[in-house]
Amino acid sequence: MTITLGHFLTVAAILFTIGVFGIFLNRKNVIIILMSVELMLLAVNINFVAFSAYLGDLMGQVFALFVLTVAAAEAAIGLAILVVYFRNRGSIAVEDINLMKG
Amino acid sequence: MMSLLDHIQGTAALPEIFLVVAAMALLMFGVFREKSADIVNIAAIVVLGIAVAMVIWGGEGRQEAFGGSLVIDTFARFMKVLTLFGSAVAIVLSVNFMKTEKIERFEYPILVLLATAGMMIMISANDLVALYMGLELQSLALYVVAAIDRDKAKSSEAGLKYFVLGALSSGMLLYGASLIYGFTGHVAFPEIARALAAGEPGLGLIFGLVFLIAGLAFKVSAVPFHMWTPDVYEGAPTPVAAFFAAAPKIAAMALFVRAMLAPFSGVLPDWQQILVFISIASMVLGAFAAIGQTNIKRLVAYSSIGHMGYALIGLAAGSPEGVRSVVIYMTIYLIMTLGTFACILAMRRKDGQVETISDLAGLARTNGLHAFFLAVFMFSLAGIPPLAGFFAKYFIFMAAIKANLVTLAVIGVLASVVGAVYYIRIVKLMYFDEPAERFEPMVTEVKAVVVLAGLFVLLFALFPQPLNSLAEAAAASLF
Repeated sequence: MTITLGHFLTVAAILFTIGVFGIFLNRKNVIIILMSVELMLLAVNINFVAFSAYLGDLMGQVFALFVLTVAAAEAAIGLAILVVYFRNRGSIAVEDINLMKG
Repeated sequence: MMSLLDHIQGTAALPEIFLVVAAMALLMFGVFREKSADIVNIAAIVVLGIAVAMVIWGGEGRQEAFGGSLVIDTFARFMKVLTLFGSAVAIVLSVNFMKTEKIERFEYPILVLLATAGMMIMISANDLVALYMGLELQSLALYVVAAIDRDKAKSSEAGLKYFVLGALSSGMLLYGASLIYGFTGHVAFPEIARALAAGEPGLGLIFGLVFLIAGLAFKVSAVPFHMWTPDVYEGAPTPVAAFFAAAPKIAAMALFVRAMLAPFSGVLPDWQQILVFISIASMVLGAFAAIGQTNIKRLVAYSSIGHMGYALIGLAAGSPEGVRSVVIYMTIYLIMTLGTFACILAMRRKDGQVETISDLAGLARTNGLHAFFLAVFMFSLAGIPPLAGFFAKYFIFMAAIKANLVTLAVIGVLASVVGAVYYIRIVKLMYFDEPAERFEPMVTEVKAVVVLAGLFVLLFALFPQPLNSLAEAAAASLF
């Protein structure tokens, strides 16, 4: 069996869906949310690279590199905010994030 | 220096480059000098002022930078001036507050500068990469700004919520961008438009478009991606909430307009129905959810959700008139919001800041000026003639009717009637209830913002022409 563009897109779509569900269904730990966000971004990267190879166009790979860079910065900032939050509340359980209703 | 800029085709992006370099220089200054918050605040305002001058006198007509990644046209120039103005006023409002709350840090104005640079890239973005990078530069700075009061649980919770939902939304936006790239083969807006004109849009492209709209709707806090707004406004310190309500909204709306009209004007019916749904949902939720609020910042948050719904009507029209009405709406919204937040900032008693609506009771008898201008802003936000807010809504509804979106316009009018209930309740509370304890006198700069914004709102009806023609020129440059 040959692996076509469709296979790559399916894998990416599944990973992306897992990432989205990881954010909404997880009730335990904010770190898991950060992991889910990374999963979403990596699914997008698979999309970009697969399209790039399929179209024979470099732009997709350039975009993927940009996404990687931004994802690193985003993770750093997310963890920093999480540390600040933990210092104030002494917990990072998702169900404890409830000072404001929303 | 100039030849290097020419070589990388960056001359047109000089204001952005200046802003980023100045932010880094100020960061070094702040790190190496003790107690530098005051100087950095003033320097940041000066930098924003210089950037405004550079945008206005940076050239005429349509310019491109970095091989067409950024486009600088009349629309971009106008929106950039608005954003820079909004950021500068937000810094002005923050100075005294940060001092009395003892959270004076030189990082705040620098983060605002970096966020503003991101917003300017968003406004100019002419391909998907620039769109994403600008959006992230803005968001990453804003996540930190929301949690700037790091010893307060509420502020750090606001930052955390904003971060999680913001990361989710940029993930969706990116997924959409990847599908659009894959199914058209291009990331540049003009080339996407050309590819769409050449053939039928496939299902994959429509999917990508929906994800892209979802990501953008989050940034303008439109329903169903509005959940973060009330919490972030409530949790973040008040001047930060003022900043969130002003400049980023302008930039995100400008980005929304360009990202819909430049590449996707060929598939207008496809995205029009999504925008119609989003704007109806935002207007209705903004009107009904605000009624039960007791915290004034949450109330303003729901009000801003509603206002984004109105502005999106203009975009849904998809015509030059619609864009013109969006530009006018965002200008007036910016000034009303800054004025309202200046009034909220002035709600301070001896024992600290208060922010429940009942604290405003009888304000007319204890501080007439404060009550009068807050009432002006409330009437204007409700859209009562002859104040500026009425004209903003009027142009939006006219554009919608001309684009055959009559139902949308009717729902908008009905929602604004419902919305008037909670605005007028505040006015009633201030003028007819027994006075609560009086507030501390207003600080000079807050008073200046309140009075200037109030005069604009009051007198706009007499001099609508300058804004009108500027908005017309801005809209024309997009088509």
